[in-house]
Amino acid sequence: MKIITGNDLKSGAVTWWTGYEWSLHVADAIDAGDNAEAIAAREEAARRVNAPYVIAGEVNAEGNVRPAHIKDRIRALGPTVRPDLTVKPADPAIGTWVI
Amino acid sequence: MYRYDQYDQAMVDARVEEFRDQVRRRLEGRITEDQFKPLRLQNGLYLQLHAYMLRVAVPYGTLNSTQMHALADIADKYDRGYGHFTTRQNIQYNWIRLDQTPDLLADLAKVEMHAIQTSGNCIRNISSDHYAGAAADEIADPRPYAELLRQWSSFHPEFLALPRKFKICVIASEADRAAMKLHDIGIRIVRNAAGEIGAAFYVGGGMGRTPMIAPCINPFVPIDRLVTYCEAVLRVYNRHGRRDNKYKARIKILVHELGAEEFTRQVEQEFAHMLAQDIEPPLAELERIAAHFAPPAFETDLDESIDRADPDFALWVDTNTVPHKASGYVSAVISLKPVGGIPGDASSAQMRLMADLARQYSFDECRVTHTQNIVLPHVRKADLHALWTALEAADLGTANLDRAGDIIACPGLDYCSLANARSIPVAQQISQRLSPKSAELGELKIKVSGCINACGHHHAGHIGVLGVDRKGVENYQLLLGGSEAEDTSLAKITGPGFDEAGIVNAVEKATEVYLAQRSNGERFLDTYRRIGIDPFKEAIYG
Repeated sequence: MKIITGNDLKSGAVTWWTGYEWSLHVADAIDAGDNAEAIAAREEAARRVNAPYVIAGEVNAEGNVRPAHIKDRIRALGPTVRPDLTVKPADPAIGTWVI
Repeated sequence: MYRYDQYDQAMVDARVEEFRDQVRRRLEGRITEDQFKPLRLQNGLYLQLHAYMLRVAVPYGTLNSTQMHALADIADKYDRGYGHFTTRQNIQYNWIRLDQTPDLLADLAKVEMHAIQTSGNCIRNISSDHYAGAAADEIADPRPYAELLRQWSSFHPEFLALPRKFKICVIASEADRAAMKLHDIGIRIVRNAAGEIGAAFYVGGGMGRTPMIAPCINPFVPIDRLVTYCEAVLRVYNRHGRRDNKYKARIKILVHELGAEEFTRQVEQEFAHMLAQDIEPPLAELERIAAHFAPPAFETDLDESIDRADPDFALWVDTNTVPHKASGYVSAVISLKPVGGIPGDASSAQMRLMADLARQYSFDECRVTHTQNIVLPHVRKADLHALWTALEAADLGTANLDRAGDIIACPGLDYCSLANARSIPVAQQISQRLSPKSAELGELKIKVSGCINACGHHHAGHIGVLGVDRKGVENYQLLLGGSEAEDTSLAKITGPGFDEAGIVNAVEKATEVYLAQRSNGERFLDTYRRIGIDPFKEAIYG
């Protein structure tokens, strides 16, 4: 599956394309299929996202969408060495999600 | 330390307002990201793995307490309560909002700081010995020369679009505590037989994917020609450096491909041409700058003794203080490497404490080291126990300078968009594994990079670790035998890489070989150089 990610223009926060808006949580991402590149270009032109790009996604054992590559999994989560700075600071198992 | 004059302040203030307008236009959609990107990079603002990252210049690593306090305030006001001190003697903030960046830069400008030329293909922040002005073995304080070069290089119109980034280092001791020979230009301030001050020029060093040790191209440039000679080197590089391939664009490639002799010939030819143009600032300007670096009013007849009754304190004194040129004083190193911690990170509370301690105990001065620690350069021996007690309470009193736990690590894949593997967790595990053996291992410099760009200086580690991406999985190569000191050498890869647990085991095995083979108080590096890589490979790979 193809998912689209980018950064919020003002805050720089990592965002994910949900099909109709941008979310801070990768689990909200959808498979953008063959339209992914066109959606990314359209959203960037409309200044709704900064520097969007298309990456390979996968569905994990719990049924949640996540990036296929570790780099983007870390990007989706936050630094693995600072759980308090991740998108789910209260989840003690969040680090294992990355690997 | 140097204080901005009206021109410095006006330039920095004007730049802030210029960037404020650029940000406004970007947010209003009047310029695209492609148009904006070079503008934000010229102000040190990157887009990293999780957010915008701002790199703030700390010229030659010198800060006063007001500036350190301001860095802490910025961490709280604009970031998430911490900052990361880097191997270029800078500080980086990892969670910056674009719309707040102009205000942040304005706050920096109030304390004579900025983020200009911390990115891009220009002359970057000039680095130096973190014990400058305090070291017992220096022939002069190198910072006035570094400051002169900072003023020359800031906004230099001819060198704002070089083939690649350009890094200059200035030291003034035989001992190299700044990785001088691993810079594009490394300058050692020297005296000739007549006692005159001059500059030895080493050109074409660097790490990254093609590591090189800079050759000396001129052992003595008269000090009143320092700027002219730098300009000659930059001109030859700007003229002939490759712009067709960014991986071959650094000056080290030009020096290597031309050969040091031919490169030197061209520099000397350019230098001779430039002497007629008389671009060198008058020596009076150097003297004006040097006056800002006049030694503080050291007390005399101080008690040299230190009460070593507390063994933890005694260990810290023995490990983390170094000799000072003034009797009764030392330079004290504050470790930003607690056992298992993130190398180089400091919370805003820790920054404020370090600022207060600098004010109280070190003539208002502190330094950022290229090894990601902080130095209080001028501390009375009589104040050391009080200083250490305060540091200990803030988790800043780890006694590990140049020991196994004093690991350089780049941000790696936890923060950096260029990285291929995480550096910090590897450094943390090595620190936890080897710190209990720290005293037994003695001097041991371990350096971890998360990619070939070598921000973690893995090429120069006694033990280096390089993270790579192997089919989407983090993999770590082990290197041995590097040094960034006066005995500069480049480390060699031992063989196939390891996973995260494997590399920690491999590092430990390398130390076991050392402990088994060392003789007569050898350092790890000495033993490696004596016995070679084979015994290590045998132990590591079986």
